[in-house]
Amino acid sequence: MLKGGNIGSASRRGWTTAALLTPAYGWLMLAVFLPLGAMLFFSVLKAAPFGNRPLQLTLDNYLAFFRRPYLIDVAWTSIQIGLWTTGLCVLLGLPAALALARATKGSFRQVLFLLVILPFWTNGLVRIFSWTTVLQEGGVLDQGLHLVAPSAPAMSLLYSFPAIIIGLVHAYLPYMILTCYLSAAAIEDASLEAARSLGARSLVIFWKIVLPLCLPGLVSGSILIFVPVIGSFMEPRILGGRVGVTMGTVIEDQFVQAFNWPLGAALSFIMLAVVLAIFAVSSRVLSRYTGPQ
Amino acid sequence: MIAAGRAYLFATIAFLYLPIALMVVMAFNDSALYALPIEPSLRWFEALADNGPLLAATRNSVVIASATSVIATALGTLAALALNRRRFRGQTLLKVLLLPPIAIPWLITGTAMLVFFFWTGIGRGIHAMMIGHVALALPYVVLIVGTGLQTLRSDLEEAAMSLGSTPLHAFFTVTLPPLLPSIVAAALFAFAVSLDQFVVSYFLSTPGVSTLPVEIYSSIRKGFTPEINAISTIFLGVSTLLVLIFAQLSDLRGRRERR
Repeated sequence: MLKGGNIGSASRRGWTTAALLTPAYGWLMLAVFLPLGAMLFFSVLKAAPFGNRPLQLTLDNYLAFFRRPYLIDVAWTSIQIGLWTTGLCVLLGLPAALALARATKGSFRQVLFLLVILPFWTNGLVRIFSWTTVLQEGGVLDQGLHLVAPSAPAMSLLYSFPAIIIGLVHAYLPYMILTCYLSAAAIEDASLEAARSLGARSLVIFWKIVLPLCLPGLVSGSILIFVPVIGSFMEPRILGGRVGVTMGTVIEDQFVQAFNWPLGAALSFIMLAVVLAIFAVSSRVLSRYTGPQ
Repeated sequence: MIAAGRAYLFATIAFLYLPIALMVVMAFNDSALYALPIEPSLRWFEALADNGPLLAATRNSVVIASATSVIATALGTLAALALNRRRFRGQTLLKVLLLPPIAIPWLITGTAMLVFFFWTGIGRGIHAMMIGHVALALPYVVLIVGTGLQTLRSDLEEAAMSLGSTPLHAFFTVTLPPLLPSIVAAALFAFAVSLDQFVVSYFLSTPGVSTLPVEIYSSIRKGFTPEINAISTIFLGVSTLLVLIFAQLSDLRGRRERR
């Protein structure tokens, strides 16, 4: 700092710092943190405090899982959707990221990279909707099948569990390719050459060098996918129809249809707890692999 | 090995684009029932012109996205200046507080906003969606402008002040001009975040006042019409254009740094 710190200018700097920060953080307080606090309060109420209803505190909304066992099924469906989507994104995304990092270069690589990440800046709703064109009866998949086998029965994948998974994998695959690509691009050719010249086979090189080095990308990609997927409600509704009852759609129903806000709030906070637990565990894993350098 | 890798990469890209491409083709198809062969037609786009609710929702989307872009960019740039150019207690905490709006599923943020806004009398509608969208876009603006600031030298501004310039004058003549591409990029990004936002808008909309994604969602649930293909195609075109401009801006900045 060029100017010497006399107390007057130091305190003036303090005030300007506060003035720069207050608008942004005041806004976040109003729009994010106070609402989360309000929802926490609602989640322990017997009924939403509108009209002249008395405030009654209760833990019933959190205990709903034990009293309404179908909620456990619904939560399990959400977790299954999350695991299938994340798993398939790993299986499909890692090879694509490796191919992008290893089999392309220069401006060709830049174009392909842009092509991979471009879809995730287009509207997610529109992308999910576009699958109905493909999956519904009389849709592209059905017509394609009948070109090959004209006598096959009408086929519709729409409104099924696989339809939800296909749509979600399509929606989130670019995240996995992006995070894995960032890890894969950092692998130095020299270390692969060294392993090869010492006689290591391709599979060994992949297992002992490439995979561990890609692990940070795999873990952060998995979080970026699993967290929004277990909170999804629009995708299961559009592609799953009646099959698509998930935690997301149940929470949506509490706020939009059933107007049981306290229950919806409690379910949201249970989901938030799961999300925070995932963040905590994965940040441990990540720091173990990226820490000692 | 390299050929196989490229083939796989092309297959992946085909998977990413195929359903979108099919939807676009169907938007220009005369038949409503996916009948082949395709007969080119603009009738679904013409039908949009008479769809009042959809037009109103589009107008709302543009208004909210513009307001979000201006407010989030202004507030975010100020915060980025403090977070990157000053040292103070609690700095790390403030940086961590930028994460919840990005990391918490929108379903939770959106329902929490609904509960709080309804309870406190702020209510739902355009203003509520705007408050929500600004909060979602703010952290991105702080990150983008902050990254821009880190590539600029901070001692120039102090040099200007030691030569007698006022802090405000030094900021506007020394720091702001090279920072401008970052700020424009952040503004575009905020615009795109707001334009694409569905979940938060969905919970804060009222039956009469909604945005384009909310309107598309409710028409999908009411029953499919090829008009949805048409409006989705237009929407897709606009957001693709925004991203390409954003990519161009960041690329220009990158090139100047390398020079």
